[in-house]
Amino acid sequence: MKIIKEALAGTLESSDLLVKVMPLPEDRVEVVIQSEVMHQFGEQIRQVVSQTLQQLGLVSGQVVIEDKGALDCAIRARVQAAILRGGSIQELDWSKLS
Amino acid sequence: MNQQVQATLANEPGLKGLEAFNNFAHHNPYLKDQGQKFSRKVIASLQEAIRLSGLTNGMTVSFHHAFREGDKTINHVVQVLADMGFRDLTLASSSLLNCNAPLIEHIKNGVISRIYTSGMRGKLAEAISNGLMAHPVHIHSHGGRVKLIQSGELKLDVAFLGVSACDEFGNANGVSGKSRCGSLGYAKVDAHFAGKVILLTEELVEFPNTPASISQDQVDYIVKVDQVGDPSKISVGAARVTSNPRELLIARYAADVIEHSGYFQNGFSLQTGSGASSTAATRFLEQRMRRQNIKASFALGGITGGIVDLFRKGLIGTLVDTQSFDADAAESLRESPNHIEISTNEYANPGSKAAYCDRVDVVILSALEIDLDFNVNVITGSDGVMRGASGGHCDVAAAANLSIIVAPLIRSRIPTVVKHVTTVVTPGECVGVLVTDHGIAVNPGRPEVAERLKAAGLPVMSIQELYERCVAITGEPAPIEFLDKVVGVVRYRDGSVIDIVRQVKP
Amino acid sequence: MKLRRSMLFLPGANAAMLSTAFVFKPDSIMFDLEDAVSLREKDAARLLVFHALQNPVYRDIETVVRINPLNTPFGLADLEAVVRAGVDIVRLPKTDSAADVHQLEAEVERIERACGRALGSTKLMAAIESASGVVNALSIATSSKRMIGIALAGFDYVMDMQTERGDGTELFYARCAVLHAARVAGIDAFDVVYSDVNDEEGFLKEVELIKKLGFNGKSLINPRQIELLHNAYAPTEEDVDYARRVVAAAEKAERDGLGVIALNGKMIDAPIVNHAKRVLQKAQASGVRK
Repeated sequence: MKIIKEALAGTLESSDLLVKVMPLPEDRVEVVIQSEVMHQFGEQIRQVVSQTLQQLGLVSGQVVIEDKGALDCAIRARVQAAILRGGSIQELDWSKLS
Repeated sequence: MNQQVQATLANEPGLKGLEAFNNFAHHNPYLKDQGQKFSRKVIASLQEAIRLSGLTNGMTVSFHHAFREGDKTINHVVQVLADMGFRDLTLASSSLLNCNAPLIEHIKNGVISRIYTSGMRGKLAEAISNGLMAHPVHIHSHGGRVKLIQSGELKLDVAFLGVSACDEFGNANGVSGKSRCGSLGYAKVDAHFAGKVILLTEELVEFPNTPASISQDQVDYIVKVDQVGDPSKISVGAARVTSNPRELLIARYAADVIEHSGYFQNGFSLQTGSGASSTAATRFLEQRMRRQNIKASFALGGITGGIVDLFRKGLIGTLVDTQSFDADAAESLRESPNHIEISTNEYANPGSKAAYCDRVDVVILSALEIDLDFNVNVITGSDGVMRGASGGHCDVAAAANLSIIVAPLIRSRIPTVVKHVTTVVTPGECVGVLVTDHGIAVNPGRPEVAERLKAAGLPVMSIQELYERCVAITGEPAPIEFLDKVVGVVRYRDGSVIDIVRQVKP
Repeated sequence: MKLRRSMLFLPGANAAMLSTAFVFKPDSIMFDLEDAVSLREKDAARLLVFHALQNPVYRDIETVVRINPLNTPFGLADLEAVVRAGVDIVRLPKTDSAADVHQLEAEVERIERACGRALGSTKLMAAIESASGVVNALSIATSSKRMIGIALAGFDYVMDMQTERGDGTELFYARCAVLHAARVAGIDAFDVVYSDVNDEEGFLKEVELIKKLGFNGKSLINPRQIELLHNAYAPTEEDVDYARRVVAAAEKAERDGLGVIALNGKMIDAPIVNHAKRVLQKAQASGVRK
């Protein structure tokens, strides 16, 4: 699954995150994370994002995240929403998203 | 006659060294000139007043922070000192806030080389946490500041005190004039102890100005300035009233805890801090006081409009005010005989002959972090950067019958309950109860309180359980890394060092 | 006897609220995917709620999701997501007839089979928001074994009735119809949202009215309303005392093998005993009235 157009999901409110996805010409995935709690939870956030992208089968696209202290469930939801909006898939397989 | 006296003084061995009378104004020449007699203290410019004060490089200058985020005095005076070429000064301000970011320049340029304060925020705090200063900052409590002065460690050479109004002799208060800050509790201490006292005022009023929080016999010079502070900003920042449902939930629990603490009876005394849940708790306390027909004998603080409201409704006998957090409090201090102003020496100095905090039954305080031993951190965020104030926290926690800490369990993914606090400001042995939106933990040292709260049906659990709930939601935070350089020294109220703050790793 | 006094509405698109609302301890939490979510955010809200439902923090609170109507592009996707995520109750907005419920029920059952969720475990709640809904309240209330309650939704209903929200006169018949339907069907009845969160007095007045009418609970849009509502529904000290004596008398009669329960010379029958048990349950949940 690839990102085929630019898309946004989420907000910059406290406990939320803004996810922006952009297409890349090559088949690679680039993730950039900026977070208010980078020191304390940066690694964890990276892991959750990476797991979520893997579940969705993303092979091409840039994912830029600006996090304001969101919990894992919000991170998953926002990343999935952004990918759905900008990606080449139309429907989600709910059994693969938890 | 004079020749006889002079001769006797020269010849009598026991009277050698005494001075012979010259004329009535020999030592007070201004008495001969009415203009001078009245207005000798009023100096045309701040620069001139500084020159007259004898301030030299390496000395200590002091300020108060009663105008909080609206303060104009600290930045203005330090700018003038910088322009005049002063260097290597120690800045002793009762606290420093977001608005004091301009001090960064002066620290870089060597105007200020040491700082004693009860706290700092914003860019200044960030810069210092990142190693801006060669000498570590000393963080003290409000009561502890007076102790440091008494012990001689903190020697206030020149105090620059912004007041809303004073007369030409220096009788000043914070309740008249335009920019009213209310209580001058911090300034009173400086006025008492400083070598030279310079008042900065927006308005010179008719003599005698009453009441005199700072008395004429403490003041050396007076300078009229355009602005000392902006009172509309003194309740911006830490001391606001909330409608946030989580903060209200915590406030309600706090009121429940007070109600069932065992101290809730007629004539009890209380103090609420300046945090959102603390000030909101007064609203819930009112219902409970009315229901049970209980009146408080006094409230101590840090006085907020919420406390003033209870006072005006006849539910609190006396308000004892060392700092007025908002315009309501300042107005009440001005108008009500039972709303009194006290200095921080009377408030919380453990070296004072008597401190009001020793008489408090229950106090509500906040926390950035609290650990499994109930130690409290109000200074450093979980990223290791300083962003708060020691304030009266460890003072009142040590002295009150029951101290109650209120805090959300999680602040935007950042856990409040941790294994070990990043910095200890108040030792756990002084903390009675922790109230969060997820539940209430009681210090094992207060089993009788735990029993009462459980019997009242409150959600009491162990602090270990609260910690586990917290971490289950946020995940376990990675530990902060620090460099070796010491950037802050946290002084307990008795002058001892309770913790060290190191520079954060970039 | 699940207490459902307070049902807290949360806008499904608000990540911060979803992450923190469980601390307020309402009897039920309702994640809204319908009117509180803009069209552009329907997909994002669905995902937020999907994940929130699976978060352990919501394990101990009854969860409800108000999905979009099935005749919109969103309703079915909402249903797929929330049934799989384990929601306790699906709230169908704008329920006008029993047929609406049957349609929903068929989809729910299909999804339960597809994802291996226990058949029948997803409960339903119908929201009555129009004149048709009120008139069909009884058939709606009895349309499904999964139905646990019907709720009156004020805003859309008064629009349909060509009037406006006021002192409650405009809801008079609707409230009664919904209540009676609920009682006949043996399910819960829920009253409308009180939208002025700063008007505590007005809120309490309305709560007093619906409590007297017999409503089981009310939809709330601000956590501050929860404590007020629970307190108003809480029994008084006297109520609790009496209830204890009733239950004690009933237990004694059972132990003594007597068919008739007597208290103070009066006969106590089953409905009174059940009512007494409910009173004690409420007292257990939030204490006596303050």
